[in-house]
Amino acid sequence: MTAAVSVRNVLHRFDDFTALHSVDLDISAGEFIVLLGPSGCGKTTLLSILGGFLTPSQGQILIGGRDMTQVPPKDRPTTTMFQDYALFPHMTLLDNVGFGLRMRGQARRQREAKAHDMLAMVGLDEKAKAKPHELSGGQRQRVALARALAVDPDVLLLDEPLGALDLKLRRQMQDELKAIQRRVGTTFVHVTHDQEEAMAVADRIVVMNQGRIEDVGAPQRIYLHPATRFAANFMGEINMIPATATSDGISTPLGDVLIRAGLDGPLSLCLRPESIGLSGDIALGPARLLDAAFFGTHFRCHFAPLAAPDLTLVVHLPQSGHPQIGTTHTLFATTAKVLPA
Amino acid sequence: MTSIQTTERRKAFAFVAPALVWVLAFFVVPFAVMAAVSVSRMEGRDIVHGFFLDNYIRFFADPSLFKGLLISLEITGMVTVISVLLAYPLAWIIAMQVPARWQRLALMLAVLPFWTSYVVRSYAWLLVLGQNGVINKALMGMGLIAAPLEIASTRTASVIGFVHFFVMLLTLTIYSNLIQLSPNYARAAADLGASAFSTFRHVILPLTLPGVVTGAFLTFVLCIGDYITPQILGGNNELTLPQLIMLQLGRRGDFPMASAMSIILMAVVTLAYFACARWLKLDRV
Amino acid sequence: MGRVVSWIYLFVLYGFIFLPVAVLVLFSFQDGRLPVPPFKGPTLKWYEAVLGNGDLMAALGNSFLVALLSSGMALFLGFLAAHALSRHRLPGSVLMRGILIAPMTVSYLIIALGLLTVFNRIGLPPSLLATGIGHVIINLPLCFSILYAAMGDHQKNAERAARDLGASEAKVLWLVSAPMLVAPMLAAFFLSVTFSWDEFIIAFLLTRFDVTLPVEIWSMLRSGLSPKTNAIGSLVFLASISILIVLEFTVFRKVRK
Repeated sequence: MTAAVSVRNVLHRFDDFTALHSVDLDISAGEFIVLLGPSGCGKTTLLSILGGFLTPSQGQILIGGRDMTQVPPKDRPTTTMFQDYALFPHMTLLDNVGFGLRMRGQARRQREAKAHDMLAMVGLDEKAKAKPHELSGGQRQRVALARALAVDPDVLLLDEPLGALDLKLRRQMQDELKAIQRRVGTTFVHVTHDQEEAMAVADRIVVMNQGRIEDVGAPQRIYLHPATRFAANFMGEINMIPATATSDGISTPLGDVLIRAGLDGPLSLCLRPESIGLSGDIALGPARLLDAAFFGTHFRCHFAPLAAPDLTLVVHLPQSGHPQIGTTHTLFATTAKVLPA
Repeated sequence: MTSIQTTERRKAFAFVAPALVWVLAFFVVPFAVMAAVSVSRMEGRDIVHGFFLDNYIRFFADPSLFKGLLISLEITGMVTVISVLLAYPLAWIIAMQVPARWQRLALMLAVLPFWTSYVVRSYAWLLVLGQNGVINKALMGMGLIAAPLEIASTRTASVIGFVHFFVMLLTLTIYSNLIQLSPNYARAAADLGASAFSTFRHVILPLTLPGVVTGAFLTFVLCIGDYITPQILGGNNELTLPQLIMLQLGRRGDFPMASAMSIILMAVVTLAYFACARWLKLDRV
Repeated sequence: MGRVVSWIYLFVLYGFIFLPVAVLVLFSFQDGRLPVPPFKGPTLKWYEAVLGNGDLMAALGNSFLVALLSSGMALFLGFLAAHALSRHRLPGSVLMRGILIAPMTVSYLIIALGLLTVFNRIGLPPSLLATGIGHVIINLPLCFSILYAAMGDHQKNAERAARDLGASEAKVLWLVSAPMLVAPMLAAFFLSVTFSWDEFIIAFLLTRFDVTLPVEIWSMLRSGLSPKTNAIGSLVFLASISILIVLEFTVFRKVRK
């Protein structure tokens, strides 16, 4: 099952701290949404409000078109996968996964059949009689997922579900999470501070900062054309070159660039390290190579432009090259974005 | 490598030795001596060593002695059950309903009378429960009773005095258990559709049970071995096992009998330990 | 609704818990011979009587002495043992831990009776020394287990670093281990002081001429109810909670951080 979610003008205060400033967000049914931001940005507060663990100071939550703002968690068509998983340590995996159905008064045989199905879906059916402490971190995470999905929620809320796993396992679980979401079709709202994880799973990413939404959109759009400086920085490393608008483009210390800004005042020309190279349609002029380190997929280099030696550009050069430190190269950029400084 | 390990070990043993010697000399040896004395015999005012089971046989054969054990067990059982039933909701309310910033104060208040002297606390209950005590005066003043109730010097008074002490102790242990639980357990249960009662019954209670059993065991041990409370509050009609032990010592200087009864007391505690060993986490008290 | 029931329950139980203490303190100011209702107006004469009573004051001093010395000893022995057992894999360490904790599981009455039997045989007369020895036995397991639990891995690493930099074992203990454990050591020490200070049955069986405060109060009870007992009881209570409040704002605040 699945449902659309609508967050309308939601504001939340803790004592004298405002965690959310009038947030509006529409999520379509079956969408995989990631709330991305640093700690304290309000993403977990928003998730708690969706789950019913917090009642917002202002605003409305609609799920499947129905107003859920005042509905307690147990009566909402949402389930939450908690950061610490909150698996009941005294119950077997089968009982954990069947718990929600048991609370809905389903007969033992029925709910155990369903629990077995869910455990099979996450590949843990042969451990049905084990207790949570016998499992590894990744396995616990899967059981938590199975438990939350066993009650057929319309919306699944995931609170930093992969935070406790090591990097390699995290990448693997991202793929599984995405595959399972496609299979069940439930709306997933996933909270994380890891932008790679966000890009790996999300249909759309919601970048949050200080209780406000900075940008909403598909991963590629946000990465390449971020709406704000914060979103640009948070999505990954980026060069910001000071610029001002001219009649037909912008003027930078590296020369004029023919790119329509549509903005006035002090600007920044934003270039991802991999958008800069030895060829392209935006000329950045000659620059001296300060250092280079081999990163496997690329060389990570620092360049000092001859026109503005105080600036340092981070540039990714192809792994096949042999950059010589101290040599001068003419740099070009392919994709650029201009934002207010 | 080996020699370094050996010197390290020798040093470590030197650090443990003083404590170990102290416990051996003043606990293990006395206990062994007591066990030996318990199977000796009094002849006149002298203790004759040997292996006689007279004292044990007499204990179980003499109703006035054996009854002490039964009374102790009854009082202790009652106290343990009542204390747990009263303390759990109190600990729960403090942990779950009192706002976080007031919890520590609420808890400190709940156990403040812990810090009165144990002897004085029993004495204070005498003032409350006595014939001219606060309760009787209040009830008579309100016209609810015509003659004072006989509470002091009864088993009820002992139980009240004990419950007062152990409610505080159990509130502390149960509270610390509840507060250690991740709040996400209750959230997860509610999220999956459990009512407040179901959450408690299926999640919170099973998760705190080991702590409760540990607290109950502690209550059992301390209560069944206590002499002061029944001596001050319980009157002379029914004597508990510790009271009888003290009686053997005081009036008759009968060390063998007192020792035998102490061994029996210990055996009872040991049995209780094995009865709930499955749930006990004594290292986490 | 549920909230109202909760608050009612809370206050009823607080009432039960505080009733005897309130009565105790109130009637310590009783201007009459009996500490029972009606309350006949406040007087401080019983406090005067208590403070002027030589036996009581001597017992108070004895209790302090026994509590401080026995707790210090228990802490010292417990610290050394906890240090050795948490740092080294010794053969029989489970057994040694078991022996050190064993007295915790036995009634004080039984500990007292055992000691009385042995002391009688070796000719050590009932005294404050005998009582103190007994109090070390009841507090050693406590100090040991608190410190043993507190000696975590981060401490182990700090000790290793100190040894690596050339500190002798004694220097490691004195300059690294002990300072890192100040909070749990103070907690263990004050808990021991409280237990020893309040302990009755061991002191009752193992003292004769010089007695501790609980034993002295016990003998006062023999002569029946008196506001004087209320007064000494209230004083002890006041002293205990003063120490508690001082600890709360100094030691335990740090422990929690």
